[in-house]
Order: sequence, then structure tokens, then C-alpha cells
Amino acid sequence: MSDSTNTIETFANQEYKWGFVTDIEADAIPRGLNEDVVRLISAKKQEPEWLLEWRLKAFRHWQTMKEPTWANVHYPPIDYQDIIYYSSPKSKKDGPKNLNEVDPELLKTYAKLGIPLKEQGILAGVAVDAVFDSVSVATTFKEKLKAMGIIFGSFSEAVREHPDLVRQYLGSVVPSTDNFFAALNSAVFSDGSFCYVPKGVRCPMELSTYFRINAKDTGQFERTLIVADEGAYVSYLEGCTAPMRDTNQLHAAVVELVALDNAQIKYSTVQNWYPGDKEGKGGIYNFVTKRGACRGVNSKISWTQVETGSAITWKYPSCLLMGDNSVGEFYSVALTNNWQQADTGTKMIHIGKNTTSTIVSKGISAGHGQNTYRGGVKILKSATGARNYSQCDSLLLGDKCGAHTFPYLEVKNTSSQVEHEASTSKIGEDQIFYCRQRGISSEDAVSMIVHGFCKQVFRELPMEFAVEAQKLLGVSLEGSVG
Amino acid sequence: MALLEIKNLHATVGDREILKGIDLTVNCGEVHAIMGPNGSGKSTLAQVLAGRELYVVTGGEVIYDGKDLLAMPPEDRAREGIFLAFQYPVEIPGVSNMYFLKAALNAIRKHRGLDELDAMDFLALVKDRMKLLEMDQVLLNRAVNTGFSGGEKKRNEIFQMAVLEPKLAILDETDSGLDIDALRAVAEGVNALRSPDRAMIVVTHYQRLLNYIVPDYVHVLAEGRIVKSGGKELALELEESGYAGLGIEDVEEAVGKV
Repeated sequence: MSDSTNTIETFANQEYKWGFVTDIEADAIPRGLNEDVVRLISAKKQEPEWLLEWRLKAFRHWQTMKEPTWANVHYPPIDYQDIIYYSSPKSKKDGPKNLNEVDPELLKTYAKLGIPLKEQGILAGVAVDAVFDSVSVATTFKEKLKAMGIIFGSFSEAVREHPDLVRQYLGSVVPSTDNFFAALNSAVFSDGSFCYVPKGVRCPMELSTYFRINAKDTGQFERTLIVADEGAYVSYLEGCTAPMRDTNQLHAAVVELVALDNAQIKYSTVQNWYPGDKEGKGGIYNFVTKRGACRGVNSKISWTQVETGSAITWKYPSCLLMGDNSVGEFYSVALTNNWQQADTGTKMIHIGKNTTSTIVSKGISAGHGQNTYRGGVKILKSATGARNYSQCDSLLLGDKCGAHTFPYLEVKNTSSQVEHEASTSKIGEDQIFYCRQRGISSEDAVSMIVHGFCKQVFRELPMEFAVEAQKLLGVSLEGSVG
Repeated sequence: MALLEIKNLHATVGDREILKGIDLTVNCGEVHAIMGPNGSGKSTLAQVLAGRELYVVTGGEVIYDGKDLLAMPPEDRAREGIFLAFQYPVEIPGVSNMYFLKAALNAIRKHRGLDELDAMDFLALVKDRMKLLEMDQVLLNRAVNTGFSGGEKKRNEIFQMAVLEPKLAILDETDSGLDIDALRAVAEGVNALRSPDRAMIVVTHYQRLLNYIVPDYVHVLAEGRIVKSGGKELALELEESGYAGLGIEDVEEAVGKV
């Protein structure tokens, strides 16, 4: 038909550029899940008794739970006994002490992903705790951070070196029995990141973790815990790409954030896991629980996410606004193309006085993609003077995709103020023609219009991430308008 | 050689024929006015020349600058120097006017083998051109046409034209929706851009605009054909006797509204 329609199609037909599989030996345990597997994971990681007990409690509870079905996503039943719950890349020695000791294959993978280890890392001012499959293999910048009292490293390392801190905060925001996927994660989590910023310290660089799912059929169960003590500040970046796979892979991560008095945590995500092919085959199931607790007065937690990958996304980064005057923010761009499905949004629970929350959600649907915003704003009786502003906008590319919005509001304090705005628009043929008449190609026009649509969210991202997010959006959408 | 040569051009939208054999030759430095009642095909002609895919060319040919215009996609026509000032300029939320215009200018420059302008040079150019249009600088940083008044939109079109410096500018009903002050400002901008190297086609329903932008030639379009051509005095004649004086009536507005 028209040229613009063709553009949509070429855009939608873009191949996943980061699909490759690294050939390294994996040390995996057999498929399936039972108490022995949980014990084995804990033993492999030489964990203390209390953590094993914590895992077992979660596992026992998980067995009594049912997989949730309320989300607006559809997929065949998952066989939890057909998943490998632990694999760690084998190294020549017990563990690499520095980059030279890291498996060169692994480094090549990172290079392909453009992850700034070594000098690039220093130049970019990014400390990378790279998670490859399930075990952290390289951590940079730690010395510099250590001098400021900041603890940043793999979760297992934190369990060994700072057990009291981990024990104090682990599961304090997302209890091990919170929901089906969080319970599963609590039972079998393999590794992840831990960060503690002490009183009054402002972390001088963006902390960053790149996740990557690699070994075949390996579920990845990451656990991240970030604590900002009184008056502390930290900005954390999480970015992901995954190699091409035929079978679906389950990813059930848990992220917990704790902000004490006057502390601030900024958590930014760019998610680009394999979305499946054009027919909807394969792709990652991304069932993630992310929650932050603003425990102290004047504390602030901001979630910013750019979700372009995964076959299915089920994710609601939320804030518990407990401290008086605490602030929660959620800025999101979620894109679904081809057969991708996303059910994502946030929950803002106002508990303290004069708590404020802002929600800005931008959903983009192309191809046969289905995009659902689900948001909950709850103002409890105690939350005198609470305020919320929500805005959720949907942009449709083509006529086979869908956008859905489910905002839930629950207000129990009459002094509060809650605003909700929503819009749905389509990229018009007239907009594209206008751009083309000025000499701009259809592809550039689409990415310009989409970028304009997402601007409010992009400007919340740290600079280098914003650039990456923009590129990612362009790649994920190339050929999608009409 | 003529800059633009339209020969026996036919175009349809859906199953309806709108242009039924247009012949028109435009040379560099000339300003041609196309007048006609509603539904006569004026806007369709403008859109077809710009390459709007809504319209299907069913016959005839258009030679622009020695090239087959109809074979080019819209962006190439723009890069080759054709500029359409839209009757209804389109809003692009979230994309700043500056950013948009810089992308456009650099796409055109690239096509012509010129270096892309950097932010500093671009800003200097823009500031210079803004003087022509008495544009408020605030508009530059706002999203393209978003929340602009009718007058601001039209002014913005001519401002874009001033920056992009086309060889052939087509102004589609640029006067519609403008009060007299805005009309004067826009017309002054257009006049400042008249040049021996540039041709203009001014599409309008009313003679009013032609008091400010004085054309070299006037063509009257009715039911998809040019029924009368003449000098600027033809417009005045029309003003007095109306289209009815030529035996022409308004037909139901064509689908071509954008």
C-alpha cells in the first residue's frame, strides 16, 4: 500500500540485533525444583544457615501458591519442573581476581554489548557489576566506592562480607511470601547486586549492572537490594540484552529499595531482552517484582524504565511512601511490537503525611503488540495532605495492536488530591507526510515522533542511558508507522 | 528551461477524479497564483506536487528541474527543493520546532552533498531568518505547531520556508484563518523570499492575499481544469464578478482536505 505503511512494516520487521550465544562451559544443576535443589543452590554459594532457612520458608510457601492470572497477558502454562535453577559460568580458577582472569569469551560478549568495562568504564564514570548468567564475574570501581564507605557488589559477596546488613534488609520490602514469582525468586535466587550507601554520602557515580541471560533454558532469578541510609543519594542503572533463543525463558527478579530519612534513590532500567521472533515464538518472560520503601521523612524513590524487550512483561515498580513528605516517582516507556505483551505500571501507597507521587506512563504498541498500563494509587487514612498526579498516554502504530489502561484509585483521606490524565493517539499519516515534505525520511519521522512522545520519560534518565534508550527505541520500532 | 512543467495531469482520490488534465509551466523567478472555488482541485494539485500518497496520479507527467517529479518519493522532492506550506500545518507533540527544522535542513543538505550544519551555525541561520517573519523566539523551542494559534502556524510555515530556501515554494491557502495583521506579516515574509532563483505557486480562494503577494500570473481552476489564465488583473476581475462571473460554482469540498 502506501509508503508509510511499508515503513511501519519494515520497522516492525527489524531483527533483534543482539541475539547471539556465548559458547562457554556452564556449571548447571539438573532441571526441576524441590527442597534439595534449594539446599544445593545455597550450599554452592556457601551461604549461612539463616539464609538457607529463609529460602526454604519461601519455597514451602511458594508450593502453596498459585500462579497469578489477573494480568492482561496470555502464555502457555510454565512447567516449573522443566527449568534449570542454577548455572554459573566455569572459570579456570576459583574466581577471577581481575579482568585479565575473566573468560575472554565473556569479555567478547560484553564488548558486543558495548558494556564499558576497563577504560571505557572509567571514562564513562560507570561502575559495572556485570552479572553473566547467575554469578558476578567482574566488578570495577569498588575500591573508590569503598573509600567512601559505599558497599557495591554481588549479592553473594554481600552475604559473605556484610551478613548483618543483608539480613536486616533482605525481604523487608518484598517479603519472601509476597507473590508467586517473588516467592520463587526468594527460594532460588542465584545472585544479584547489593548496594549500601552510608549516612550523608552522595554516591559520586551512576552504579550500573548489566544483566544477561545466557545458558539455555536457565531461569534467571536475580535479587537486588539497595539501601540508602539517612541523607544518602544513589543513582542505579540496570540494563539488559539477551541472546537469541527458541524456547521461552523465565525471568523472575526481585528488586528492593530502602530509603531512610532524607535519602534518595534513583533507579533506572533499560530492558531489552529477546522479545521473540516475528511470529511470536520464543522470547523472555519477564515477571519482576520491584518495590521501594520510602521509610524515612523527606525520602524519595524514583523509578524510570524503558521496556522494549521480552515476550511478556509483568512488572510494577512501586513505592511505599511511609515517611512524612516522602516522594515516589514512576516514569515509564513500554513498547510492544510484533507479538509482545506488556502489563506494567506502578503502585503508589501513601501512608505518611504530605506524601507525593507522580506517575508518567507512555505505552507504545506496534505490530500485534498488546500494551497494558495497570496502576494503583492508594491513599491511606494516615496520609493527610497526600497528592498524586498520574498521566498515562498510549501511542498506537498500525491497526493490529492494542493499548489498555487500568488505573485503580483508592482514597481514604479527604484532604488528599488525586489527578489522573490519559490519552490515546495514533501516529498519523499526516504527521509522517509533513516530516517527509520537509525532507525527513519516514524512518526518521517515526523515531522523531515516538521520541517526542517519550520525552517526559527520557529526560528523567541519566545522560548516557537516555542516548541508549533512544537508540533502542529506534531499533525496536524501525519500520512501524502509518 | 522551465523549472516546473505540468502536462495533462490527472489525479484521483478513491474513485473520484479531482484533477482532470492540468497544464502549467512555471519558470524560475515567477509567482503563479492558482485561484478557484471550493472543490476545484487547488489543494489537490498542491498535495500531488508534494507527493501525498492519498492521491493517485492516473495520467500526465510533471517535469521538475529536468527530472520526473512523479517518480520521486515526497522526501526526495523536498530535498530537490520543493516546499509545501500546508493549509493545515500538522502538530508533532514533544518534538521541538528547532530540532525538527535542523533535522529537515540537514537531510536536505546531505542530499545535496553539503556538510550538515552544527548547532551553532544552525542557530545563527535561524536567528537571521526569524527577523523576516517577526517570529517570537519562544515558538522555536515549543513543539512543532503544538498549541500554536492559526496565525502562528502559518507564520511558522513561512519561517520554515525561509530556513530551507526551496527552489519551488507552494503556498496552500496560506491566508486562510489569518487576521489582517498576521496576513501582512506572512505576506512580507513571502515577499522577502521572492528571488530570481525561486518560483512560487500561491493557492488561494480569495483575492485578498494577492494584494500583498502580487503574482505574475493568475490561473483559475474549476472542476479539475485550468479554465482561464492571465496576469495579476485577472484576480481583480474575479474579485469584482466572483467565480460566478466566469460561470463557475463551488462544488462540494473535495476529499483532499488535510
